[in-house]
Amino acid sequence: MHARRRAAGGSGARRRKVSVVGVIGELLVTAGVLVLLFLGWQTWWQSAVLGAQQNSAAGQQSQDFLDQASASPTPTPTPTVAPDGTKTVDYGPPPVMKAPGFAESFAVIYVPRFGADWKRTIRESVDVEAVLNSYDAGVGHYTGTQMPGAVGNFAIAAHDTGYGNTFIDVSKLQVGDAIYIQTKDGYYTYRFRNMEYISPSTVQVLYDVPQVKDAKATDRYITLTTCNPPYHAQERIAAFGVFESWQPLSAGPPKEIAAEVGSN
Amino acid sequence: MYGALWRVLPGPVWLRILILIVLAALVLYCLVTWVFPWVDSLLQSNEEGTVAV
Repeated sequence: MHARRRAAGGSGARRRKVSVVGVIGELLVTAGVLVLLFLGWQTWWQSAVLGAQQNSAAGQQSQDFLDQASASPTPTPTPTVAPDGTKTVDYGPPPVMKAPGFAESFAVIYVPRFGADWKRTIRESVDVEAVLNSYDAGVGHYTGTQMPGAVGNFAIAAHDTGYGNTFIDVSKLQVGDAIYIQTKDGYYTYRFRNMEYISPSTVQVLYDVPQVKDAKATDRYITLTTCNPPYHAQERIAAFGVFESWQPLSAGPPKEIAAEVGSN
Repeated sequence: MYGALWRVLPGPVWLRILILIVLAALVLYCLVTWVFPWVDSLLQSNEEGTVAV
């Protein structure tokens, strides 16, 4: 009995001998699984997991602005009553911050059209690694374009797909949609006006008056650029908006985004 | 290949399965943190979304 068992074990060992074809087969299966994992990472992990991470980082950033602001003085508002009786508060011309340093977080953007809880941190420069691919930012400010609230063009960029799918819904914007920018100074409300499908080399959309060379701006614009179509990069979308109003942090956030400010 | 890995692992079946799960998690972590971003940058499937000359 003892001998038989040993014999069986011996033949078993021979069967288990590694064959070249077997190893190649296992390597191919492994490669297939890796490719599937990569696709899953690209489509699901990047959009859902990183998007949520960037969202909560933006919530933290907006809370930081609120915490810093409690120390700074607040401007006195001038309440005005329109002929129809609606009260509006005019805070005067919007404050404009100095250009921040490279990859410095200086604002949070809220676009309700992109989702009720959608928000992202904006950093200086459109550097791919430090800003656009960052797990806690996602939106970059074109260095050299204006800051929020300034006369001229405040231009920002983000990925449409990948690394948080930040601007994937830019093409869904409708005329009049609000784009809120929160900084350490206050909330700036822009309204979406129009968009253009452009080539990747159309830097004219970054001009002080978008698409108009050497024009002296008298209005305050915002420009969002991203790739088009999704998962490809042959084209760009540029979405333009105009400034509507601003309010200091002490006045509280605009109603539409009140639930999102400071929420992770 | 995987058969050899199974035989090399020590201990009873449950321990071997546990070790394999930990190994798989490690491999997955390395893939997501380093390998996939690197492959992605080679593929350039998503360019920056910026305009530039």
